[in-house]
Amino acid sequence: MLVLGIESSCDETGIALYDTEQGLLAHALHSQVEMHADYGGVVPELASRDHIRRVLPLTQHVLTQAGRTLQDIEGIAYTQGPGLSGALLVGTSVAASLSFALGVPALGVHHLEGHLLAPLLEQNPPAFPFVALLVSGGHSQLMRVSAIGDYELLGDTLDDAAGEAFDKTAKLLGLGYPGGPAVAKIAAKGVPGRFKLPRPLLHSGDLNFSFSGLKTAVLTLVNEQLRSARAQLDPENVSSGQGGIVEPMTLDEQTKADIAYEFQEAVTELLSQKCMDALRKTGLSRLIVSGGVGANTRLRERLNQVTSKRGCSVNYPRLEFCTDNGAMIAFAGAMRLKALKAEAAHLSGTFTVRPRWDLAELQTP
Amino acid sequence: MRLLAFDTSTEYLSLALWLDGRVLVRDLHAGQTHSQRILPLVRELLDEASLQLKQLDGIAFGAGPGSFTGLRIACGVAQGLAFGAGLPVVGVSTLLALAQATTADRVIACLDARMGEVYHAACVRDGTGWHEVLAPGLYAPEALPAVPGSDWVGAGSGWDSYADALQGAYATQLSEVLPGRYPSAQAIAELAAPQFAAGQGLPAAQAAPLYIRNKVALKTSERLQGGLPK
Repeated sequence: MLVLGIESSCDETGIALYDTEQGLLAHALHSQVEMHADYGGVVPELASRDHIRRVLPLTQHVLTQAGRTLQDIEGIAYTQGPGLSGALLVGTSVAASLSFALGVPALGVHHLEGHLLAPLLEQNPPAFPFVALLVSGGHSQLMRVSAIGDYELLGDTLDDAAGEAFDKTAKLLGLGYPGGPAVAKIAAKGVPGRFKLPRPLLHSGDLNFSFSGLKTAVLTLVNEQLRSARAQLDPENVSSGQGGIVEPMTLDEQTKADIAYEFQEAVTELLSQKCMDALRKTGLSRLIVSGGVGANTRLRERLNQVTSKRGCSVNYPRLEFCTDNGAMIAFAGAMRLKALKAEAAHLSGTFTVRPRWDLAELQTP
Repeated sequence: MRLLAFDTSTEYLSLALWLDGRVLVRDLHAGQTHSQRILPLVRELLDEASLQLKQLDGIAFGAGPGSFTGLRIACGVAQGLAFGAGLPVVGVSTLLALAQATTADRVIACLDARMGEVYHAACVRDGTGWHEVLAPGLYAPEALPAVPGSDWVGAGSGWDSYADALQGAYATQLSEVLPGRYPSAQAIAELAAPQFAAGQGLPAAQAAPLYIRNKVALKTSERLQGGLPK
């Protein structure tokens, strides 16, 4: 069964063709990151305006790449939520109408289910059941995945998402957006042991995360370092805070690198410790990691280490499928469409989006 | 010529199946349910005419201006249907559709643009069709552009929302104001038919909304300078 996947939930338009016999045939992505950079974050209306320019050209592109025609498509999967409602509506309206015109079923896919299943697009995918760590700019969740659609939430962040902590730390250090790659890059030059940041909830006994305290600790550390750097330049004027030399306004590169290093150590230690706790509590031996933070090299290093020590396996999506993409939507949709009786699939033409949608509401097809 | 036309730019949902001048229509107040209702109604119209989508000659949609989300629903549906069925598309100005649906030849079409502004165009009809005396623009009701001459007819939700300001602005130049008008798919089909006939239909991927309001957010640098330039 050949399934077209359409992702438009945030600031990336992703289109892919997945065949249940032959695997992933083609995928294409347009990222809006540069467009939103001038605005200091994603502007929903601009995101929607861009998606509607991209969906069909990218669809034509993947068809050409795969050597298929529209008439070969047997099902269409689209991200129905969660996400930005206007952005979701673009992919959804094109998907529903294209399915109407082609007379094939269309199916709304949960964006996080797409991420959860993304590692299964790779060679030698892990068998169910497994523990999934979903870490991105919007999520930090641990889940027990027993089958397609059978997801049990084991732990969640109590405040910020891990990716958010990366973004905020990058901002505090004056690095670019998105923060994940920027922090990882400079952390590679960091010296271990110079700074120590807290590991909130490391030994809490549950599988929850908290990253806002860590972010505050980074802020405090950055301010301390700025103060002492200024004090070295002009000790007279620091305590009064008046007049004199106010430079440097930024930290030196080595201090930034050392802070980034310790921050990354703290996050990856928290994530890997909770993953191992989750494996122990569930009695499972397979772990998958998904979402943008899953692309972090240091996290992968640590997880490879701790899982192999305990005789467990760990699987990741390829780097480009850690972030939003059409392939994961095509795949999740294909798994569900294949399991559904064709006549039970969506042919009514009615379409809606679900900007807020709890993953735990999903059911097995 | 057989055309499917629809408009979702306002709280109304309007569809028309144009069959060489014979027209089947669906017009309803949809609120925010356009996405749930539009495709089932397309099916209903096609069934009523015993036609398949592929047997049509083109798809026309209300391109805007109007509700941004509404414009993208119409555009997305036009793209999906046209791409899937291999049909050309034509996007029609919703302001021109307001004018077309009147019997007048001089129309000031005006839609409520929210945020205290209106979308506005002035157009004149002669033997060859409509001509825009004032192209679609975005204005505060207190700062509308002047139009030449008299005998103008007002139509569109802008005239309902800002009756005093608009009637004040054009006063003696108006001959009539038509209340409760919204862009109709039948008018869109009528305006699109000659364009399809002239081979001016576009490939599906080129179907685009006409927003008019293009400044929708401030860049970081602009925020630091203190707000929107007026």
